[in-house]
Amino acid sequence: MLLEVEDLCVNYGHIEAIRNISFSVAEGEITTLIGANGAGKTTTLKTISGLRKVREGKVVFDGTDITHLPPYARVKMGISQSPEGRGCFPGMTVRENLDMGAFVRRDRKSAAYREDIERVFQLFPRLQERFNQSAGTMSGGEQQMLAIGRALMARPRLVLLDEPSMGLAPRLIQQIFSIITEINQQGTTVLLVEQNAAQALRRAHQAHVLETGEIVRSGTGAELSGDESVKAAYLGGDL
Amino acid sequence: MDLSTLLNTPQLLTVSDLYHSFAAYTITGLALGAIYALVALGYTMVYGVLQLINFAHSEVFMYGTFAMAWVVTYFHGTASSGQSLGSTLGLLGVCLVAAMITSALVALLVERVAYRPLIRRGSPKLVILISAIGASFSLAEVMGLRDRIAGWFGLDGKLSNYVSQARNVYSSPITINPHKVFELGGYGVTDVDLTVIFAALLMMVALDVFVNRSRLGRGIRAVAQDPEAAALMGVNSTRVIRTTFLIGGIMAGVAATLYMIRIGSTRNDAGFIIGIKAFTAAVMGGIGNLRGALVGGLFLGVMENWGSAVFGTQWKDVFTFVLLVVILLIRPTGILGESLGKARA
Repeated sequence: MLLEVEDLCVNYGHIEAIRNISFSVAEGEITTLIGANGAGKTTTLKTISGLRKVREGKVVFDGTDITHLPPYARVKMGISQSPEGRGCFPGMTVRENLDMGAFVRRDRKSAAYREDIERVFQLFPRLQERFNQSAGTMSGGEQQMLAIGRALMARPRLVLLDEPSMGLAPRLIQQIFSIITEINQQGTTVLLVEQNAAQALRRAHQAHVLETGEIVRSGTGAELSGDESVKAAYLGGDL
Repeated sequence: MDLSTLLNTPQLLTVSDLYHSFAAYTITGLALGAIYALVALGYTMVYGVLQLINFAHSEVFMYGTFAMAWVVTYFHGTASSGQSLGSTLGLLGVCLVAAMITSALVALLVERVAYRPLIRRGSPKLVILISAIGASFSLAEVMGLRDRIAGWFGLDGKLSNYVSQARNVYSSPITINPHKVFELGGYGVTDVDLTVIFAALLMMVALDVFVNRSRLGRGIRAVAQDPEAAALMGVNSTRVIRTTFLIGGIMAGVAATLYMIRIGSTRNDAGFIIGIKAFTAAVMGGIGNLRGALVGGLFLGVMENWGSAVFGTQWKDVFTFVLLVVILLIRPTGILGESLGKARA
């Protein structure tokens, strides 16, 4: 397993944001966490990246306990994240944002670096057109593409995607999800957090349902898509 | 002069004075403003990254002025002496390095003791602000009690040139005779004026290039714009904060040297007024904005001189602070009014 989360508890002040969560992410797969607003999905990703303090439990990446490592050390190990609400640097151009994504790399002048920029442009041709535009002036969809592209620039082994479809037009949502599949097929392991359960389950190898800070159901994407209670709670009118 | 005599003075506003010596007031104002600008950088950089005012920055500057004065005392004793150009320049070089190192070390100390433990603990901003004020008073008092502190180690006799009468004005006994370089509007612009202005501009350009072009500079901008996203990019925020204090300290050290060249003396509370003025300059220019610090500093220096020419020297601070209020009423974010992070190359 590339990532293992064991009995994780995280508090937000006195409120328990997540309780005794355990799951793992297999190398080369797409794993998804679905659930309603406030279920603890974003907290889980932030904790894996090191932005939230762990009260109990462990986070293990590629066999190493990273529970108490600072965020930047985790990026160096190969975990990068496209945060919720995109988190692009508004005062930086697309180019500078992509450079920031590669902050932990020391090979800015190398051919490998240029290849990675090319790869991001292949996935998101829009970014090439907007190369020297300041990120703060771009549309929500473009910023989402930039945030994902930027996360890939670190050459991560595991990329965490927090609500990549949030606030996007339906046509763009389809596009973003097929790009996520493409990223995965190119060899990057993906941990995807989504409210758009139908799409996420269709793309994911493994899936977990979070409810008020706990995992209530786990299975393959196909299994959960067919699960009656998941259908009722999260897929509703979609199917 | 009290208010009634002032009001009865027939020539209350001596505009003709400013008119006839316009170049003199402006050039010396720019030189003064350049010093404000360099100190303002320290306030604006820390604000950009932490959204906190570093009240101890005035002391970072003050320690730099003492470093310069001590170096001069070490080489020349306490007697004033005029030197040949070559040896004066060499001495100034040593002073500059000593002041930069001293101010930088004090700035790092403030970060380590007054900021980092509280930031790590996630303390509210008000707590950190108070801690910085405490650091400011402590540093000023330590300098003002340096005779006693030397006494603890029995060194007060040996170091008396450096520490005696710690609460009095301490002069740097170097005589730099300004030489006229060229004349502008009836004012002989001196090499000291030019050195101060160009040294400040040079430091500003260097800093601008560093922040916009280097990897660590980009990290600083990233933390200023979005600390969480910066952490997700692998930016070590502790290192960025430390670098920010370090740069502010180096700039304050340069400012301290230039200040001593012009003013020639300092005191343990010398940081206070300069600190307030530099902070004002930073706010006027747009706090968090590097170029704003430059614009704000030069603007404040020139306005202060023009104000003192028109209203009289006693009124210059009243004039400049009224001006600050007016500017903030019209442009609440300052003259340039963008953040450090958003400042574009």
